[in-house]
Amino acid sequence: MVPLSAYLAVAACLFSIGIVGLFLNRKNVLIILMCIELILLSVNINLAAFSHFLQDISGQIFIFFVLTVAASEVAVGLAILVAYYRNRRSINVDDINTLQG
Amino acid sequence: MLELGFFYMFAGLAVISALAVVLSRNSVHAVMSLILCFFNAAGLFFLLDAEFIGIILILVYVGAVMVLFMFVVMLLEVNFVSVREGMLKYLPVGGVIALILFAEIVAAASSGVFSPDGIPDPGHVAQQLNNTVEIGKMLYTKYLLGFEIAAIVLLVALVGAIVLTLRVRTDVRYQNISKQVNVNPADRMHKVKM
Repeated sequence: MVPLSAYLAVAACLFSIGIVGLFLNRKNVLIILMCIELILLSVNINLAAFSHFLQDISGQIFIFFVLTVAASEVAVGLAILVAYYRNRRSINVDDINTLQG
Repeated sequence: MLELGFFYMFAGLAVISALAVVLSRNSVHAVMSLILCFFNAAGLFFLLDAEFIGIILILVYVGAVMVLFMFVVMLLEVNFVSVREGMLKYLPVGGVIALILFAEIVAAASSGVFSPDGIPDPGHVAQQLNNTVEIGKMLYTKYLLGFEIAAIVLLVALVGAIVLTLRVRTDVRYQNISKQVNVNPADRMHKVKM
């Protein structure tokens, strides 16, 4: 039988990899979006693990909501990215400084 | 024993593919690794008796969101060399922050509260118990408001994505459907007496 702490450790590992990815790829918006996906996935694993070990199905409902929000966030984020690329021909984060005046 | 083996396989592959997402040189490879990571996470969900969520993860995430990512990666012509330069500059600070976070979370997870004595393993649910039915019973009664808010969030995201990427071009000719439908034959044709 797999203990609860093992699932929590896997989720912690994915979460930390997502965080380090945000730092490493801070010029590429696409990879930043993927790292946010990784972080949300680790949260989902935590929710599923607690849902199973506490015998409460509410955790799975919350995974459902997290998935919904993550999917809409990706859709809007990629749309912003495409609109930005159309105007500036680049997705480098350093070029996104139009609002600085 | 078999369950432990599968757990290690899914967990190890998920962590390795997550590392590949972060470290890969090519965005297409990063998306591929993320797909593998989601598949393995779905395996972990199956081990946790959350079959419906696992299937949703594969169908919605791998089938829709990752394909969207793949479209955008292939649509945009990105200069990967300039995007990747200076990557190692941020490794120390990012690595230290991530290591501290990881150590803290693992310390909290292995503190004994979540050990088998603290929260005992309840074992797997009976096979005739349907996970989808259970989720449906809960989702459409206690969490009905949240369900409808989620629907509105999806609708707003849909409209927002379309509005953001819509581009009205002036250099091409469009078909004006309502003008075509509302055309009057008398305006087009004149009878002339010969």
